[in-house]
Amino acid sequence: MSAVITEEQQALRDTAAAYLAGHANARDGRDGDMALWQGIAGLGWPAVIVPEACGGLGLGLAEAAVLLEESGRQLTRSPLFSGVALSHPLLLRCATEVACQRLLPALAEGRLISTVIAGPGLSPFVDAAGLEIRARCDGAGWVLDGTAAQVLDGDTADLAFVVARLEEGGMGLFELPADSQGVSRRPLPAWDLSRPQACWTLDGVRLAAEARLDAPGTVDAGLSAALAVTALLLAAEQVGGAARCIELTVAYTRERQQFGRPVASFQAVKHRCAEMMVKLEGARSALAGALAACPGLEGALALEEVAVARVQAAGAYRFCAAEAIQLHGGVGFTWEYDPQLHFKRAQWGGQWFGTPDAWRDAVADALFGRREEHE
Amino acid sequence: MSEIDEKTFRAEVADWMARHLVGRFEVLRHRGGPGDETAHPELRREWEQVMASGGWIGLGWPRAHGGRELPVSLQVAFHEEYARAGGPGRMGHIGETLLAPTLIDLGTPAQQQRFLPGIREGRTFWCQGYSEPGAGSDLAAIRSRCWLENGEWHLQGQKVWTSLAHDSEWIFVIARSTPGSVGREGLSFLLVPLAQPGVEIRPIRQMTGEAEFNEVFFDDARTAADCIVGAPGDGWKVAMALLGYERGLSTLGQQMHFSHELQLLVDAARAAGVDHDPALRRRIAEAWIGLRTLRANALRIFARGESGVGPEALVYKYAWSNWHRSLGELAMDVMGTAGDLQADNDPLRRLQQVFFFSRADTIYAGTNEIQLNLIAERGLGMPRG
Ligand SMILES: Cc1cc2nc3c(=O)[nH]c(=O)nc-3n(C[C@H](O)[C@H](O)[C@H](O)COP(=O)(O)OP(=O)(O)OC[C@H]3O[C@@H](n4cnc5c(N)ncnc54)[C@H](O)[C@@H]3O)c2cc1C
Repeated sequence: MSAVITEEQQALRDTAAAYLAGHANARDGRDGDMALWQGIAGLGWPAVIVPEACGGLGLGLAEAAVLLEESGRQLTRSPLFSGVALSHPLLLRCATEVACQRLLPALAEGRLISTVIAGPGLSPFVDAAGLEIRARCDGAGWVLDGTAAQVLDGDTADLAFVVARLEEGGMGLFELPADSQGVSRRPLPAWDLSRPQACWTLDGVRLAAEARLDAPGTVDAGLSAALAVTALLLAAEQVGGAARCIELTVAYTRERQQFGRPVASFQAVKHRCAEMMVKLEGARSALAGALAACPGLEGALALEEVAVARVQAAGAYRFCAAEAIQLHGGVGFTWEYDPQLHFKRAQWGGQWFGTPDAWRDAVADALFGRREEHE
Repeated sequence: MSEIDEKTFRAEVADWMARHLVGRFEVLRHRGGPGDETAHPELRREWEQVMASGGWIGLGWPRAHGGRELPVSLQVAFHEEYARAGGPGRMGHIGETLLAPTLIDLGTPAQQQRFLPGIREGRTFWCQGYSEPGAGSDLAAIRSRCWLENGEWHLQGQKVWTSLAHDSEWIFVIARSTPGSVGREGLSFLLVPLAQPGVEIRPIRQMTGEAEFNEVFFDDARTAADCIVGAPGDGWKVAMALLGYERGLSTLGQQMHFSHELQLLVDAARAAGVDHDPALRRRIAEAWIGLRTLRANALRIFARGESGVGPEALVYKYAWSNWHRSLGELAMDVMGTAGDLQADNDPLRRLQQVFFFSRADTIYAGTNEIQLNLIAERGLGMPRG
C-alpha cells in the first residue's frame, strides 16, 4: 500500500469538494438537511465501503476517508458519518452475512438513516459492563431496556444498531427501528449544531428473534475493531477541518490590515500559522500511514496505526481551530465567522470513539503491558 | 515503483548486517550517533568502506552515478534494519547525502567522476563550510573571500561550527568571489582540500563535552580552478540546493535510530520502575505516536523522491527535530535524579546524550524560527515581514 493518493481518489475528492461547497449547511436551520442528504445519496457516497454483494460500491477506507475529509472541511451536517463511518463498519465487522445482505442495500442507497448505540462516547475500549442497554432472551424474541444518553443523529435516524449487554454475559448486536414500541427519544441541545444528538430510552422494547444480527461471540471480538475504523474515519474528517482552519486564517490575515500592513506579515502571526501547518501535515501523514496499514474492513486491524492518526488528527484540529479564532481577532469570536464552528466540532471529536488519552493508554499498554491497578 | 519486494530487501539488509557488524566492528554497535560522534572514529571510517563494499552507500542516487535508485520506502526499510542491527552513526553522511546529490544536480561530469566514487566507496569524507561568526541564520552575510589567481582559487576567511572537519578530507565552502558584493549576489561554491598549509582546524567544545564541530580558518588556502560548483557568482543557488537536501531525506538514517532510542527509554522506564506511572506512560505513548508520525511524514512527503516534493516538505525538519528534543526531555524525566549523574553505561548514557545533543537539532540546518518563517512564507504564501 502506498501513501500516495490515486487518480480515482483525487477525482472523488474534486467531486465531493465541488458538491459540498455549494451546499454548506452548518449554520442554517435543519430544513435543508434532507435535501442535502438526498443529494449525497444520489452521488452514491453512503455506498462507498458497502460491498458490491450488498448493493454498495465496494471501495476501501481510503475512499471513505476522502469523502469524510471533504465533509469535515465544509462542516457538512448530514448522517454520512453515522452511516459510512459508524453503522457500516459495525455491521460489516459484527453482523452475519444474512443480516448484512438484508440491511446494507437500503443503507447504501441512503433510503434509511442509521446510527449506533454502544455505550457512552462509543469507545472502542468498552466492555460488556460499560454498555447502556441490556438485552434478555424472552422465548422467541428479545427484550431491550436502558437509556442511551447521547445518540449521534439520534433525532433523525430511522433505526439504531444497538450493542447490548446480554443477560447471559457478553454482547449482542440488535436492529432497533426508531419507531419500535417502548422507544422514546428526546433531541438534545448540542453545542455543535452540525452533530445533532438525542437521548433514547428503551423501556421493555420487544424485538423479534431476527433482530439479533450477530453470531454469538462476534461482537465481543469485532466491536473494538469496528469503532477503531470509526475513529480512523473521524481522523480524516478532522484533517479536512484543520486544513480549512488554516486556509481561512491565512486568507483572513492577508486581508486584514493593522499598523499599515497585513497582519499576516507579523512574524508572531506567521509562526502560529506555520505551527498549524506542521500539525496538519503530521496528521495527514499519520492518516495516510494508518490507511495504508488498514486498507479495508477484513482481517486484523492495525490498532496502533489508528492510534497515531486518531491522536494526531484530534490534536491538530483542536489546535488549528483554536488558533483560527485567536488570529481572526474579534470576528473570530462571532457567530457569523466559521472558526467557532470548527472549534465546536473539534471539541466534540475529542470525546468520542476513545479520547486521545484513551488511545495513548492503549499504546502504552502495547509498549509496557497493561498497567496493574494499585490501590 | 520498485520491483524489489520490501520483505526480501529487509531480510537482505539484516543478513548482511549480521555477517558484517561482527568481530572487531562489534564495539561499534549503536555507537557514534548524535552526541557520541567522537566514538571510535578510525574504526568507523573503516566501517564506511565495509558498507560501501556491501553497496549500501548511495541508495537513493541515480544508477547512472553508481547509486541504486531505491524508492524512499526501501530507503526507510534499509535505515530501519540498519538501526535495528545496531549499525553505528555514519561518518560519511555529509558527502553522501548533501554534497553528492548537489553534484549530481549541478556539478560538471568531470566533478561527478572525480568526487562521487570517493564518497560511494566510503573513502573520502566531507564537511560543510557555510556558517561564519557573522553569518548564521543570515547566511548571505558571508564575508570569507575567494579569488582566481594563476589558475587556482585562493580562499581567505573563517568558518565556524563546522561539524566533523577534523575527520574530513574536503570541505565545501561558500565565499564571496565578487569584491564589494553584498547578500546573495557574488558568492561562489568551492570544493577545498583540508590537508594544506592554508587551512587550520580548531575544535570547539560543545555542551555535551564532545567536540563534534570546529572553527576552520583559511589563510590563503588553495584549490584547483575547476573545483567550483556552478559558475562564479552562482554560489547562493548551489548552497540552497544543498540545503534543501539537508532539510530533506538526508536525516533519514539518523531518524531511524530514534526508534532505538525510544526503545532504550522504554527499557529505562522499566528499570527505574516508573512504567506504572500513568502520566509517564502517556508521555511515552505520545513519543511513540510522534515517532510513527515522523516515519509517515517521510513516506508520504518523499513518496515521489526528493525532486518532486511539495510545500509540505518544509515541515519535515521542524517536525523531527522538535520531536527529538522532547524525547530527550522525556528521557531525563524518566531518569529522575539519576539523570544528574553522567552515566557510563547504556541506556542511560545514550539517553543523556540525546537530551543534550538534541538541543542542536533545532539550531543547525536552519533554526526553528527560520523553519517557521519558511513554512509560513513558502508553504502558506504569507508575506515577508
Ligand atoms: C551542532 C551544530 C552543528 C553545526 N554544524 C554546522 C556545519 O557543519 N556547517 C555549518 O556551516 N554550520 C553548522 N552549524 C551552524 C548552524 O547552521 C547555525 O548555528 C545556525 O544556522 C544558526 O546560526 P547562528 O548560530 O549564527 O544563530 P543566529 O542566527 O545568531 O540566531 C540566534 C537566534 O536568533 C534567531 N533568529 C535569527 N534570525 C531570525 C529571524 N529572521 N527571525 C526569527 N528569529 C531569528 C535564531 O532562530 C536563534 O534563535 C552547526 C550548528 C550546530 C549547533
